Amino acid sequence: MLVIKDLKVSIEGQEILKGVSLEVKAGEVHAIMGPNGSGKSTLASVLAGRDLYVVDSGSVFYMGEDLLEKSPEERAKEGLFLGFQYPIEIPGVSMVNFMKTAINEMRKHRGEDPLSASDFLKKLREKKDLVEIDSSLTKRSVNEGFSGGEKKKNEIFQMAMLEPKLAILDETDSGLDIDALKVVARGVNNLRSAENATIVITHYQRLLDYIIPDYVHILYKGRIVRSGGKELALLLEEKGYEWVRQEEVNL
Amino acid sequence: MSTITENISLRDQFLSLYRDRAGEISANSAPLLNEHRDQAIARLEHLGFPVKGSEEYRYADIESVFKNDLQKNFGDIRVTFNIREIFHCDVPDLDTNLLLLVNGRYYNDGELIKKLPGGIIAGSLAQASKDYPEIVGKHYDRYAGASNDGLVALNTAFAQDGIFIYVPEGVKSEKPIQVVNIMISDNDLMAQHRNLFVAENGAEARIVICDHSLSAHRFLTNSVNEVFTGEGAQINLTRIQNEHNGSSQITHSYSHQEAGSNLTASIISLHGGFIRNNIFVTLNGEHAENHSLGLYLSDKGQYIDNYVHIDHASPNCFSNQLFKGVLDDYASGSFNGRILVRRDAQKTNAYQSNNNILLTDDAKMYSRPQLEIYADDVKCSHGSTMGRLDDNALFYLRSRGVDKREARLMLMFAFAHEVIQNIRVKALQERIDDLVNKRLRGELSRCNNCAMKCG
Repeated sequence: MLVIKDLKVSIEGQEILKGVSLEVKAGEVHAIMGPNGSGKSTLASVLAGRDLYVVDSGSVFYMGEDLLEKSPEERAKEGLFLGFQYPIEIPGVSMVNFMKTAINEMRKHRGEDPLSASDFLKKLREKKDLVEIDSSLTKRSVNEGFSGGEKKKNEIFQMAMLEPKLAILDETDSGLDIDALKVVARGVNNLRSAENATIVITHYQRLLDYIIPDYVHILYKGRIVRSGGKELALLLEEKGYEWVRQEEVNL
Repeated sequence: MSTITENISLRDQFLSLYRDRAGEISANSAPLLNEHRDQAIARLEHLGFPVKGSEEYRYADIESVFKNDLQKNFGDIRVTFNIREIFHCDVPDLDTNLLLLVNGRYYNDGELIKKLPGGIIAGSLAQASKDYPEIVGKHYDRYAGASNDGLVALNTAFAQDGIFIYVPEGVKSEKPIQVVNIMISDNDLMAQHRNLFVAENGAEARIVICDHSLSAHRFLTNSVNEVFTGEGAQINLTRIQNEHNGSSQITHSYSHQEAGSNLTASIISLHGGFIRNNIFVTLNGEHAENHSLGLYLSDKGQYIDNYVHIDHASPNCFSNQLFKGVLDDYASGSFNGRILVRRDAQKTNAYQSNNNILLTDDAKMYSRPQLEIYADDVKCSHGSTMGRLDDNALFYLRSRGVDKREARLMLMFAFAHEVIQNIRVKALQERIDDLVNKRLRGELSRCNNCAMKCG
């Protein structure tokens, strides 16, 4: 589904990703872990199409097509979703209108008719229940005045509404209490299927108690320094990132 | 001919025009309006025309809009047409009492004065000054007359008619009153109308003015509105400016508010080549409340200039100015917001904000707050911003599959909506939302296949 080969990315002349390779197949859940500043969020942003970053070399293929050629909206329409680490507040744009526009743009892309008002509302209710989001939140402006936890839940709500093929969750767990964490995990697990894939980016092992990954990768100084099964996360939890640093030195 | 006029000042041209045509001007107006003309012309002689770069007209080049050779009609020239055939209002399905102004004159559709439920009077100002001389005489030129702007004196000297609206004490007008102000001609034309709106104590009125131009000629309007809001009265006044980009519009609004009154006056500027709005408010009684709102969406070479002056002449009053605009292409504009708090006006609350989005490097906007405070127990604030569309917000919307163009429109609309939601008439809000949406999308109907390329 997603094939990243030797991806090098910089911002303002400073190299952040120094050759990342990763392959994600349908049905898989990958966790990318790493200390602050290792390039986790940069990777997520580049995949979603943020133009602040410059791709110096390497390639990214998604569903067999060159992902880096496409605009952010094209990527979204083809089923890629980014759950933001810091969701943006947009005063004046209502959640409902936003979601309706987004869903219908995607349907148009797939050659489908727009969702009827009643079908849309039905879907809205269904997904709201799934992520236990306060029903008043969808009536408000996008993320405006939402608490940190509400914003993160809202990301998962949007993911549930848009039903992506590949979801990239950028530190969706940070700043969440254990209850909110469970809600987020439930949202992700619900979406899990043989056709879909998820990349969970996280700093802590905690989230991985609830979203069991098939693969864990450790990103360090712009490179994936280790890959393994879910036990790698536990090892990392036990030994800390200092262990990665040591390993790096020993290499 | 133009070689001669160029050497004569604008002021002298109009003084001489007045000398030549005073008889005709008066003959086609009303005695009460005529009484003020000589004095006004003397004021014009004394004040002259505003000069670009002066304190009040820093950026607006008034002389340039007067320079074209514009026809002036003072005779009783009837334009006969079926308004419904040639004009489709972009504020659809709004159930209103409709009044028409054509080239600065009240359009007589059979009734010069309409008597509406509750004793509300609406119609021709010239006729009203004959039928209701006590009411008109009490207010006419009382609020605008002291102005130091030569253009106001110019209007008083030449204006022959306009709209009069009167809401008696304690009466609430059920339907909004809509004034459709049309410019239509076979020549380039200048017109000056004069409106007077009076809401007596405890009265409530909703008034909508829609400015349009229906032929592809150069138009210039220099209009004056006087608004009296009696004790506890409430007026909601909305002006939608949508003339083509070959037209120039100068509006002067003088509002006088008594104790406990509430005036919400909004100006939505959609199209129009040159727009200058002068907004003067006097809060003359305690606990009066004023909301002056403005929204301007400008592109191409449009120039938009709002000059606001709020005079807190009494204690315990509240005023709020909210002006927002989006400027595209090489459009330019200016906002000047002045708050004057007089020495006795303690416990004043006065706020002002002007926010602008500049979509290109060539768009220009000047913003200037002026606070003049002589009382010591007041709350005043002002803020002004210039910016671009928020890149982070744009990316967020696009990352959900919303196209760039649509995402930009959503953000601009959201920005504009803050002004619209302050127009507290629900039905009107929805319609203005719709108009603004169309304007931003470039879908606002061109006025009757007009050759002026506004859209």
